[in-house]
Amino acid sequence: MKLYNGPQIIVGLVIFLAIFTYPFWSGAGKAAPVPKPQPVPKSVATQCVADTAYMRTSHMTLLNHWRDEVVRDGDRLYESANGKTFNMSLSNTCFQCHTSKVKFCDQCHNYLAVAPFCWDCHLVPKEKK
Amino acid sequence: MGVDRRQFLKLAGIAGALGLGGSVGFQLLKPGSLDAAERMPTPYQMVFPKSQGNSEVMPNPKALKGRRWGMVIDMRKLTEEKARAAIQACNYYHNVPDIPGKQTIKWIWLTGYVNAFPEVENPFADPEIKNARFIAMCNHCDNPPCVRVCPTKATFQREDGIVMMDMHRCIGCRFCMAGCPYGSRSFNFRDPRPFIKKEYPLYPTRTKGVVEKCTFCSERLAVGKLPYCAEASGGAMVFGDVDDAGSELRRLLRSRYSIRRKPNLGTHPQVYYLV
Amino acid sequence: MLEKALSGSKLYWTWLICLLVVIGAGFGAYLVQYNKGLMITGMSRDVSWGFYIAQFTFLVGVAASAVMLVLPYYLHHYKTFGRITILGEFLAIAAVIMCILFITVDLGKPSRILNVMLHPTPNSILFWDMIVLNGYLIINLVAGWVTLEAERKQLAPPGWIKPIIYLSIPWAVSIHTVTAFLYAGLPGRGFWLTAIMAPRFLASAFAAGPAVLILLGYLVKKLTRFDAGREAFETLAKIVCYAIILHIFFFLLEVFTVAYSAIPSHTSHLKYLYFGLHGHNNLVPWVWTALACGFTAIVLLVNPRTRKNPTILPFACVLVFICTWIDKGMAMISGGFVPNPLHEVTEYSPTGLELMITIGVYAAGALVLTILYKVALGVKAEEEAV
Repeated sequence: MKLYNGPQIIVGLVIFLAIFTYPFWSGAGKAAPVPKPQPVPKSVATQCVADTAYMRTSHMTLLNHWRDEVVRDGDRLYESANGKTFNMSLSNTCFQCHTSKVKFCDQCHNYLAVAPFCWDCHLVPKEKK
Repeated sequence: MGVDRRQFLKLAGIAGALGLGGSVGFQLLKPGSLDAAERMPTPYQMVFPKSQGNSEVMPNPKALKGRRWGMVIDMRKLTEEKARAAIQACNYYHNVPDIPGKQTIKWIWLTGYVNAFPEVENPFADPEIKNARFIAMCNHCDNPPCVRVCPTKATFQREDGIVMMDMHRCIGCRFCMAGCPYGSRSFNFRDPRPFIKKEYPLYPTRTKGVVEKCTFCSERLAVGKLPYCAEASGGAMVFGDVDDAGSELRRLLRSRYSIRRKPNLGTHPQVYYLV
Repeated sequence: MLEKALSGSKLYWTWLICLLVVIGAGFGAYLVQYNKGLMITGMSRDVSWGFYIAQFTFLVGVAASAVMLVLPYYLHHYKTFGRITILGEFLAIAAVIMCILFITVDLGKPSRILNVMLHPTPNSILFWDMIVLNGYLIINLVAGWVTLEAERKQLAPPGWIKPIIYLSIPWAVSIHTVTAFLYAGLPGRGFWLTAIMAPRFLASAFAAGPAVLILLGYLVKKLTRFDAGREAFETLAKIVCYAIILHIFFFLLEVFTVAYSAIPSHTSHLKYLYFGLHGHNNLVPWVWTALACGFTAIVLLVNPRTRKNPTILPFACVLVFICTWIDKGMAMISGGFVPNPLHEVTEYSPTGLELMITIGVYAAGALVLTILYKVALGVKAEEEAV
């Protein structure tokens, strides 16, 4: 079997592979620091609306759910699995304990390179210097 | 293999067509019948459940409950000063930006008699009425054209009659602005944040590209409080249940002559002006 | 068949590159709009739709007008249109693509466009507009492509395509009817609240579309050896003639109803357009130009001597185009929004960036049209060479 235009094809393939794999080899050995979201001090609160493992994986679906319940159905209270009742509100509930977006939310979001647009509208607490 | 590629594509196509067509059919035949189906967990929700364990959501027991919310504006009591206080309270607590020019945002504002009631023309009307400044706001119509035209249900009507905006869903097509016969809707032509002089941290701002309007302070009703404008107006704006014959609002409507904006359009506006 | 678009003269490639440059400039302008929001347009709280939606409305008409070829050819076996029906169908495809682009650039949150399908809302006319426009695009793509492919193979088109072609006839009417319903169903917008909105739209569409097609036909004749035939042009010219007369007639019906009833919420809009309101008269010269063009075109098209004259006919078609374009592309939207529901006057005129984006979308449509016509004419040329 003969490869027509062999040199051009091979050069083209090499260039393609180089560009395609650029993110892998350019980032090799440069692991981003593991995120360290700042825990809420025990003096402020001891319990979140769900346990840490759940919140870590599913807080976005919980917040979506809250959003729909509050805006569309007008239900504003959430009774969590442990029997406590919360006001379903990002600004009025979540941010009351998690007072720093930079030290909490951004930690993981930046690490995972996700940019939720919650903050386009919902005001975040002023960062303490 | 049981299904070859061609068959699979055919089946997928048919399923897709049925999926879209089917859900539309449901909505047409029996509005709301899909809600139950939507509550069934999708595979995504099984991986990321909406909530944990046996948690549940409910309304706040302190919430004000009405069958049909409405507002009465007493033009004898509404001085310019009181009106400005009401507008200021609304603007501050809802982070309504102050954008100069024709791309401005208004939830509640002052306008002339001929502007608010263009078809109630009467050159010899009582000058006190003719020269008065009227409050204009969303009328929370019983038959709202904005809800009818919205292609995503981003604007919808709650059971208590409030015409609500879901800013998370709005695509910014501005059909509702063309539909509203009262000019009560505003579009965020730009990012509004730089135009908010003092932010109220407990209420969201809006983002560029969505439509917004007065919500009858649904966030206040939910915690058992009256709308900001009603509270700040010193009794000139009375909020209440139109369906409750014993309410203060109905007593006022019985006691004095009231007018509504463009009732001839059949939108059934729920803001009444006592003149 | 698409390979036919890959070989062409120097002129062909230069044209394509020019179009790509214009599209690039339009896209650049769109990026500015995407970042800053619709604040870069001339639209306002009072005139909340502008140039984009106006062009969309005009182009829906151009798309719908393909039916003026499909119907005589397929339903009445009018063989004269055999050579150019495909050009009408392909013009429709390009026009619908421009419509969809104009809707998209008009959205405040284009990233959420799929919400229209995620939350289907049959009570909204916009939902139905999405369905009929996309449906029309698919119908024309399939019908045009399959018949052209059959022609190339010197075979009769497959039997299953017939129902699809027949479907395209009512479907064409539906796209412009639904588009008219977007406006005509709104309470409190006196200018749009008229039952003859849809017929008016269709009349102006059947004038504008075939006029564009005649002009394209002459252009194609000049650039390639393809000639649609004298008779086809003459028939198209007659269609344009009847349609522009209907368009003006419907307009006069509106004027009578509005002026004689003298209801302020209806008269104020026409007053604004034709005489100005409270000193605001941006559009006055435009709408009178449109009327003058319309009436001149009628005179030229009614008279068989001028209609059949191959130098006067294109001129008349340009007049028809100007008349219908100003009517839908400028006056229709502004006229509806001015004065606003509180009887205040805020005027609208598009900004430079808005025009750039508009021209970019038109260039994208021209690109699609060029490629499709290149394919179609390539097939026709091949067939004639055999």
